[in-house]
Amino acid sequence: MCLAVPGKILSIEEGPDATLGRVATIDFQGSKMEASLAMTPEAATGDWVLVHAGFALTVLDEAEARETWETLKTALGDHFELPGEAPGEEQS
Amino acid sequence: MARADVERLVAEIASECEKQEKPVSIMEVCGTHTVSLFRTGAKSLLPESLRLISGPGCPVCVTSQGYLDTACELAARPDVIIATYGDMVRVPGAKGSLESMRGEGAEVAVVYSALDALKVATQNPDKQVVFLAVGFETTTPATAVTILEAEAKGIGNFSVLPGHKLVIPAMDALLSGGEVPVDGFLCPGHVSVIIGSGAYRPIADGYGKACVVAGFELENMLTGILHILRQTGAGRADVENVYSAVVTEAGNTAGWDLVEKVFEPGDTEWRAMGTLPGSGLVLRQAYRGFDARERFGVEYGPDVHPPGCLCGEVIQGKTTPGECALFGTACTPLDPIGPCMVSGEGTCSAWYKYNRHAVMGE
Repeated sequence: MCLAVPGKILSIEEGPDATLGRVATIDFQGSKMEASLAMTPEAATGDWVLVHAGFALTVLDEAEARETWETLKTALGDHFELPGEAPGEEQS
Repeated sequence: MARADVERLVAEIASECEKQEKPVSIMEVCGTHTVSLFRTGAKSLLPESLRLISGPGCPVCVTSQGYLDTACELAARPDVIIATYGDMVRVPGAKGSLESMRGEGAEVAVVYSALDALKVATQNPDKQVVFLAVGFETTTPATAVTILEAEAKGIGNFSVLPGHKLVIPAMDALLSGGEVPVDGFLCPGHVSVIIGSGAYRPIADGYGKACVVAGFELENMLTGILHILRQTGAGRADVENVYSAVVTEAGNTAGWDLVEKVFEPGDTEWRAMGTLPGSGLVLRQAYRGFDARERFGVEYGPDVHPPGCLCGEVIQGKTTPGECALFGTACTPLDPIGPCMVSGEGTCSAWYKYNRHAVMGE
């Protein structure tokens, strides 16, 4: 349940929400979903971020993000789920 | 990752193990590390003298039975929709699981984020939506922001059942109990993104235990283990971070500031570990109206465990799944008795998937 997944910021909505901060559309290797940038005020379009439960936790450099993606897939196999997928009952 | 790097790390770990005065025990705190150590084959590459112990890092597994029973009690109300992360749904409570209650007509929505639970509330204005707020520091900011959003938008039919827990007090409790011999901790990767590697200093300084933050990849986990062994071999206890591309010393302070707006540290009950002071997060006075216990006048019930289930001991590293008489016989992932067999990152589930033939002699 404490696993976060790297994705790339495609765009950021204009006009930040008072509590959610800026909301970004994030690409996870082809799967797109929205996440709040409330915790990462420094993040900009084109940046890679580590996303958990709808929030970007930190900004990553691209090489680290790509490596994290690959290693999570290898290390976790079917435990690895895209943040945009409906959580299965096995998700943690 | 180059195979040569892995071979070099494995050789260095073996060499460090030989130098130790006594066998070393390392606890991996995080359930994702538990799974990853099995799946990458790391466990099979390590010397027999090195003991890896799984710790209290699976949020569903450490949640007290009383919390779950209260969630089920609320789910039974016809005006309530329970919104929860997927793992909680199948954990058996005193009178069945949320899943079995769903089969009897209870409304249970599985969500990916607390924000999705809030959406369920806006889509169902005639119902009360209760979000099961469990998880460690990685997950907590999402709950905090969702409560702030509910307040800002005046969403009156949303509340949370508070169950968030903090990693450091759990490590503290295990060490002060003194029952589990741990020489060093492989500290969680993504929890540390929030709390920062500096958060482990009280464990290193106060208890003299090596603390190394690592990611989930084979080479990174092996590097973390090697760094712990170098510390124990030299009689040192420091905080090191071998996942520095992702984890900083200070953590995500902007995220934790959001948490502190809404929550403050408070006592919370852990499965089988009792109520640990300051080990959880309670809603600040201004946000108590979002506490489902206040809204519905309920309290957490007793932490009573299924007969024979050793999950409470497993999460503390006091026993291994293989020592539980129910493991793989009465308790399986398809028909689990305790939460460690339900959650994908539960120790029993990982053992069942990757190690049951060794345990059960099949």
